[in-house]
Amino acid sequence: MKILVCIKQVPQKDAPLKLNESGTWIREDVSYEVNEPDAYALEEALRQKEKHGGEVVVITAGPARSQQVLREALAKGADRAIHLEDDKFVQLDSTNTARAIAAAVAEENFDLIVTGLQSDDFGAAQTGVLLAEILGLPHATIIIGIEKTDSGLHLKRELEAGHYQYVDLPTPAVLTIQSGINKLRYASLIGIKQAKNKPLRKVAWAEVEPKLSKNLQQIERLYVPVKQKKTEMIDGPAAEVARKVTEYLKNTARVI
Amino acid sequence: MAFKFKGVDFIGFDALLNEDERLSRDTARQFIEDNLIPIIEECNREGRFPRELVPQMGELGFFGANLHGYGCAGMSNVEYGLVMQEFERGDSGVRSFVSVQSALVMYPIFTFGSDEQKDYWLPLLAKGEKLGCFGLTEPDFGSNPGGMRTRARKVGDEYVLNGEKMWITSGTISDVAVIWAKVEDEDDRVRGFLVETDRPGFSAYDVHGKWSLRASVTSGLSLQDVHVPAKNLMPGTGGLKSPLMCLNQARYGISWGAIGAAMSCYDTALQYSLLRKQFRDQPIASHQLVQEKLTWMISEISKAQLLSLQVGRMKDEGKVSFEHISMAKRNNVWMALECARMARDILGGNGITDDYPIMRHMMNLESVKTYEGTHDIHTLIIGQSVTGIPAY
Repeated sequence: MKILVCIKQVPQKDAPLKLNESGTWIREDVSYEVNEPDAYALEEALRQKEKHGGEVVVITAGPARSQQVLREALAKGADRAIHLEDDKFVQLDSTNTARAIAAAVAEENFDLIVTGLQSDDFGAAQTGVLLAEILGLPHATIIIGIEKTDSGLHLKRELEAGHYQYVDLPTPAVLTIQSGINKLRYASLIGIKQAKNKPLRKVAWAEVEPKLSKNLQQIERLYVPVKQKKTEMIDGPAAEVARKVTEYLKNTARVI
Repeated sequence: MAFKFKGVDFIGFDALLNEDERLSRDTARQFIEDNLIPIIEECNREGRFPRELVPQMGELGFFGANLHGYGCAGMSNVEYGLVMQEFERGDSGVRSFVSVQSALVMYPIFTFGSDEQKDYWLPLLAKGEKLGCFGLTEPDFGSNPGGMRTRARKVGDEYVLNGEKMWITSGTISDVAVIWAKVEDEDDRVRGFLVETDRPGFSAYDVHGKWSLRASVTSGLSLQDVHVPAKNLMPGTGGLKSPLMCLNQARYGISWGAIGAAMSCYDTALQYSLLRKQFRDQPIASHQLVQEKLTWMISEISKAQLLSLQVGRMKDEGKVSFEHISMAKRNNVWMALECARMARDILGGNGITDDYPIMRHMMNLESVKTYEGTHDIHTLIIGQSVTGIPAY
């Protein structure tokens, strides 16, 4: 199987975040890591390759710093990497990110494309399914089990409240992977050294720009919720106070 | 309960590292977090070496990581140092085990060994399928190894070894011991021998009652008329300089390891001080005296990182001297021990228990201060280097 894994670099989960000056995103000076569900997607791809042979290619879109997630994937056993490298990729919405990825892999015919079900930063859960739409491929989301069959793939999906669903898909297909589908491997120190010699193709902004349009989604303002502590005292006879409290809970707080 | 380690980087230190260096560090950090942290307090209590981790350590390339070939990872010295830092963030004893296997067993075989010795031992040691120990120190000769009494006598095609070694990490779990002995028919020149531990006359026993490095094995070795084939002599060894070259490797790793222990103590104290409330329901981190301690710790840790990094860069360029490594080892272990004591102070009574890693680090670091050249001996090495006058 020839498998593509889409990986995103996101701020570390424990990193203290600071807003940027325009209040539209966070400041760049935080530590970054691999988006967790993407790490599971990579692990699943590597396991499928170990079982059935083939090739694992990893792709990311982001500034120079995001090459780190590709290096890590190569160290863990991916065969080659594609880096859509430009600061501008950070601002893209899910649709344009999917378009950019689709454009970068237009020449390749993957049997399977996997990615995490959502990113730890934006959490839109859209890039994977939009990529399937753009490439005209079937897709399934929140996958927790992949089995290759003669006709394609037998998949286990996680639904709400402890329910599962089994679906069969032909290949090629796009899957979004749930965290915990497998146990992540470590990049071995030897793997880290070998990663240096694996091919890493860079794709410039200009190469995919014709396929992009204006963002459909845009962050207007990002802010830390302001803590408010307001106490209003209601005086008067008990019946009157009770009536006002009920009114407040019903109409203002809307909790009853 | 202990806090999840958040990493320590005050001065943008990570920006000084390249991708491979960060990735090596992160791999080791994750490995330790997942596999050692959950069991280390129990290991420390029981005085148990977590041998179950050895195969995976071998698989990931942690043994002899800065050697090239023979199944070793071929890491730079900075990468190797960062891995040591992460191991000692977990535990000094476990880091000591890796140091011994890597710097004191694999390094001498790699540097002084015959092709046959390298071909046989290095791949097995790299995988962790065989373990090794390093026999230099003796009951009566610690800081002055040149006084050693262990002797090797050439008899036909064999050497016969006699002597006692003491404070030997991994002694009773080793398959091979690197034994340093004076060779009688070479005018008592110190040479190194590879002694398989199942040879008649070789015995090892554990040191009991340790209050330090409880998660690693510390042993005494006894050699009574142990016969080894002449080919077990490491041909490249000659004089005390050979074992001291090994110690230089290990000391370099220790200088990084100590930073890890200090980071663990500092991070624990910082997180604790932000949660613990005293006086007017305020976190103790708001108290000036607590802030002074945290400031001291983070300053010293940051300086130690820069010191080790510079020594590592020089080592990678082949420009480092032993006195540079002495400075890094001496300074960093001292500051780590001070950090452990300050951190313990911030945690008050809670710092005493093994709910938190601080007291374990503190006790471990007492050994680290002494082994691989004591704090005072490194003082004299630096002193001689700047004055030109030996003061031992």
